[in-house]
Amino acid sequence: MSNAIEVEGLEKTFKGDIRALCGVTFSVEAGTIFGLLGPNGAGKTTVIRILTTILHPDAGAAFVLGHNVATEAPLVRTLFGLAGQYAAVDEKLTGRENLSMVGRLNHLDRPTITSRSNELLDEFQLSDAADRPLQTYSGGMRRRLDLAAALVARPSILFLDEPTTGLDPHSRSELWQIIEGLVESGTTVLLTTQYLEEADRLTDHIAIVDHGRVISQGTSAALKAELGTTVLEIGLADVATAVRAGEALVTTGSKPPHIIDATVELSVDDGPRVAMEALRALDQMHIEPITFALREPSLDDVFLDLTGKPAQPDASEVGPDTAEPRNRRRRTRKSR
Amino acid sequence: MTLLAIPHEPAVSSTPQGTYHRFRWVIADIRTITWRNLLRYVRIPEALFFSSVQPIMFVLLFRYVFGGAIHAPSGTYVDFLIPGIFVQTVAFGAVGTSIGLAEDLQTGIIERFRALPMARSAVLAGRTFSDLFRNVFVVVLITGIGYAVGFRIETNVPLFLAGCLILLLFSYALSWGFAFIGLSAPNAETAQVMSFPLLFPLTFASSAFVPVKDMPGWLQGFANHQPVSVVVNATRALMIGGPTRTNVLEALAWCIGIFLVLSPLAVHRYRTRT
Repeated sequence: MSNAIEVEGLEKTFKGDIRALCGVTFSVEAGTIFGLLGPNGAGKTTVIRILTTILHPDAGAAFVLGHNVATEAPLVRTLFGLAGQYAAVDEKLTGRENLSMVGRLNHLDRPTITSRSNELLDEFQLSDAADRPLQTYSGGMRRRLDLAAALVARPSILFLDEPTTGLDPHSRSELWQIIEGLVESGTTVLLTTQYLEEADRLTDHIAIVDHGRVISQGTSAALKAELGTTVLEIGLADVATAVRAGEALVTTGSKPPHIIDATVELSVDDGPRVAMEALRALDQMHIEPITFALREPSLDDVFLDLTGKPAQPDASEVGPDTAEPRNRRRRTRKSR
Repeated sequence: MTLLAIPHEPAVSSTPQGTYHRFRWVIADIRTITWRNLLRYVRIPEALFFSSVQPIMFVLLFRYVFGGAIHAPSGTYVDFLIPGIFVQTVAFGAVGTSIGLAEDLQTGIIERFRALPMARSAVLAGRTFSDLFRNVFVVVLITGIGYAVGFRIETNVPLFLAGCLILLLFSYALSWGFAFIGLSAPNAETAQVMSFPLLFPLTFASSAFVPVKDMPGWLQGFANHQPVSVVVNATRALMIGGPTRTNVLEALAWCIGIFLVLSPLAVHRYRTRT
């Protein structure tokens, strides 16, 4: 079987008529890493909760290694590991005790639990902290332990729900290396992220999710190619100038420009020629750019192009989000 | 990275086959969750402090501050008081069940449990068992304090132990009711706030601290027949003497009744809460 995970037309509506998912379909090939990319409240976590048998879908079906998550839940639970942004490990227990608890609840025998815990603690550089309660761990260490806990029973499928949200750049890149190592060893990984950089670096395939729908999917390269070959980025003195510049450049690129704060972005096919045209148009309007650059399109541009708004959340939203997951998921969405 | 090399079949053989295996797994899961809760309990010094200091304060308060103004129907007030303190303390302790579950929901560990191949019933069973263990500790503690302030077993040790058994049974049944509250509350603080309006009338408008006959007539009907009084009367009869048969049977009926009504409610709440 080539698809480790299959998701067909998932729908889920929460109390209060909040439609979290309206028909999500995708599949993940065994041994690959698949990214669900989207902003807060897009429905990514709901997909993970359904796949991990925590939540029942209202409609549609999901399969893990060919087993239906709704009708074969007890079996499915033996097939995957789950780790995520709400590191669901026990603060008061030590690292080793947490791993032991998960091992016991997976019904592994004692010697296996001991040796497996030591392996994982060693591999994730947590041996020194193994016998300290988790409340003394840093954010990065806690995520690593959470990931180790998800791997205790050697699952062939790993779900990672925003594995690096709220982490500092150093801890993030450490975690990335670990995840890359896992995929090399044959694990199938489904991860959700709001970081385009993360999806770009880690995943083979990406599904972009917004408002409970998959709005685009493909490889990172294919998604970028849809956009055109180059992005022209013009920085201006202030937002008002950027708006005027945007108006001047409406017909210059292959698509209308996007204005983000004081920056105007244009997707173009032949960069140098359009750049000259753009400069002429701005000159006529007596607008002087502060920065002027041609660059490769990023997933940010893909997102902007598909949804009309930037994907990257504010820094304030990225902070360690200790609020209940429920609150976050039920946050009312802005209409487009 | 050899250690992460993944076998194609899962390490766990699969779901258990047969009732016997299934049963053994459930017991193992309950033991694991109980172990985890007890570890948590000793790692939170505040909780340990609170649950031991609170009964000590109640003993001292009623023994030396209010005690002089209350007349025990027979014998000394301290003998009258200690069985009441036992029941009041385990009743207050049941709040711990609701706070513990509300916290576990809040931190997301219950989500992790739901995604593990473990018995679903183990989360609630493990919680109520660990609270039962805590109550054993509390009963031993109060016995010690009681002896220090002048309490003496007026019957005999087997009857005293039978009294403790009824207490623990009552605390266990009550745990399920408070489990329901904990699973219904949005967070631990609310779980606590929701619990006390229920506990105060039950513990104070009872025979735990004062003889019911000294209460106003309209209150006596409630105070005589509500479960805390019934359990206090049974415990008291077993520890310091008095008619035991009816008291004990009534108390047992309450314990079993509370358990039979509230445990399905808690289980239902656990299953439906997402």
